[in-house]
Amino acid sequence: MAKIVASVNCSHVPAIGAAWDLGKTDTPYWAPVFKGFDFSKKWIADLRPDVIILVYNDHASAFSVELIPTFALGCAGEFKPADEGWGPRPVPVVQGHPVLAAHIAQSVILDEFDLTIVNKMDVDHGLTVPLTLMFGQPKEWPCKIIPLAVNVVQYPPPTGNRCYNLGKAIKKAVDSFPEDLRVVIFGTGGMSHQLQGQRAGLINAAFDERLLDNLSKNPQEVAGIPFIEYFREAGSEGIEMVMWLIARGALETAVREVYRFYHVPASNTALGHLILENDSFSRT
Amino acid sequence: MTQTNPFDDVPGTTLFDAQRSRQGYHLNMFCMSLMKPENRALFKQDEAAYLQQWPMTQRQREAVLKRDWNRMIELGGNIYFLAKIFSTDGLSFQDVAAVMTGCTPEQYARMMLNGGRPIEGNRSNSEHKNRG
Repeated sequence: MAKIVASVNCSHVPAIGAAWDLGKTDTPYWAPVFKGFDFSKKWIADLRPDVIILVYNDHASAFSVELIPTFALGCAGEFKPADEGWGPRPVPVVQGHPVLAAHIAQSVILDEFDLTIVNKMDVDHGLTVPLTLMFGQPKEWPCKIIPLAVNVVQYPPPTGNRCYNLGKAIKKAVDSFPEDLRVVIFGTGGMSHQLQGQRAGLINAAFDERLLDNLSKNPQEVAGIPFIEYFREAGSEGIEMVMWLIARGALETAVREVYRFYHVPASNTALGHLILENDSFSRT
Repeated sequence: MTQTNPFDDVPGTTLFDAQRSRQGYHLNMFCMSLMKPENRALFKQDEAAYLQQWPMTQRQREAVLKRDWNRMIELGGNIYFLAKIFSTDGLSFQDVAAVMTGCTPEQYARMMLNGGRPIEGNRSNSEHKNRG
C-alpha cells in the first residue's frame, strides 16, 4: 500500500534558486541558508521516497488572472520549469505520477474537495526551489513529483482549516492506493514576509516560531489562525503558511519533529524549514 | 468596503482581492506577456508602443513607464505579476522592495540583515503613527 510517512516544510524564496543557479551558494550571505539543509539532504537521500506530493503556490506563472483555481492538482506525466521573466531555471523537468495523481483527485473530489485537475502546467520557483534545497541539482529529480498548487495570490485563499482537512483527505486517498509507494508531502512557502508596499520587509520571528512549535503538537490551533492574522502579523505574503497545513493534515496525529531550521533573511523573507515524521513510521 | 474593514488598517499593505483583480486585469495580463522572450524584446524596444496594445488605463501605463511600483499596486497590479516587469529590467524582489519602501538598496539590505522590519509599530495604522 502507498503511505505518506513524513512531511517537509520549507520556504521557496526565488532568490535561493537564483543563488544556486548562479553558483553563489558559498557566499557569506547564502552559505548559512544552504548549510541549513545539509541534514535534510542526507535525510531525504536515506529515506528514498518514491513520490513527493509538493504543495506550493504558483506566482502568476501557470495561472494568471484569467484562471484562479483554489486547489489545482497536477495529473500530467511531466511539468516543465516556467519562464518567470528571466528564462526558465536550468533544473530538470519534473516527472509526475499520473496514476497516483488521478487516484488522489478522484478520492478527494468524492470526499467533497472540489479541486481542479491540471494536465498541462509549467512549474515555477514555488515548486523548484524546495527541490533544489533538498536535492541540489541532479540530472533528474530522484523521484516522481505530484504538484498541488494553491491560490494564495488573490484574496480569499483557502482557510487554514480547509487546508488542514484537505491534507487529511489526501492521506486517506494515498492510504487507499494499492501500489507499494513511500510518499513524502512538502508544504512550502512562508514564513513571515511582505513583498509589496511601504511595509515590505516585515519579519515576525515570534509568529513564525509559534507556528513552528505548534505545527507538530497543536495543528488544530494553527488551522484556526484567520487570514487577517497572517496578513497583519506575518506580512501580506505570510499567508503562504496555510500550505504547511495541507502537509500536516496528511500526516498522522502523533508526529515527531526530526529537524528544524530558521534563518533571517533570505532576500525579503524569513526562511523556515521543518521535517516531521509519523511517530508510527520506522525505516527498518 | 466600509471603514471598519480590518485590511485597510494594516499600514503600507494592499489586499489583492477580486475588485483589485478586475481593476488591474489588463495591467496584470500585460505583465504576463513578458514571460515570452520575444515580447520582452519588443517591450524593451519601445515601451510606450508596446503598452498601447493593452487596453489598460493611461494612468496604469504611466505608472509602468515610471516604474512606480506602489502606484501600480494601487491601480490593481499584483506584485507577482509586476515581477515580470522588474525581471525584464534585471531587478530582484529585494531591489524593488527597497524602491517601494523609499530606501536605498543598501539601507534595505541592512534592515533585512538586522532581522527585517519589526512587527512592533507596524500592525495597525494607529500603532504605526504612534511608533517612536
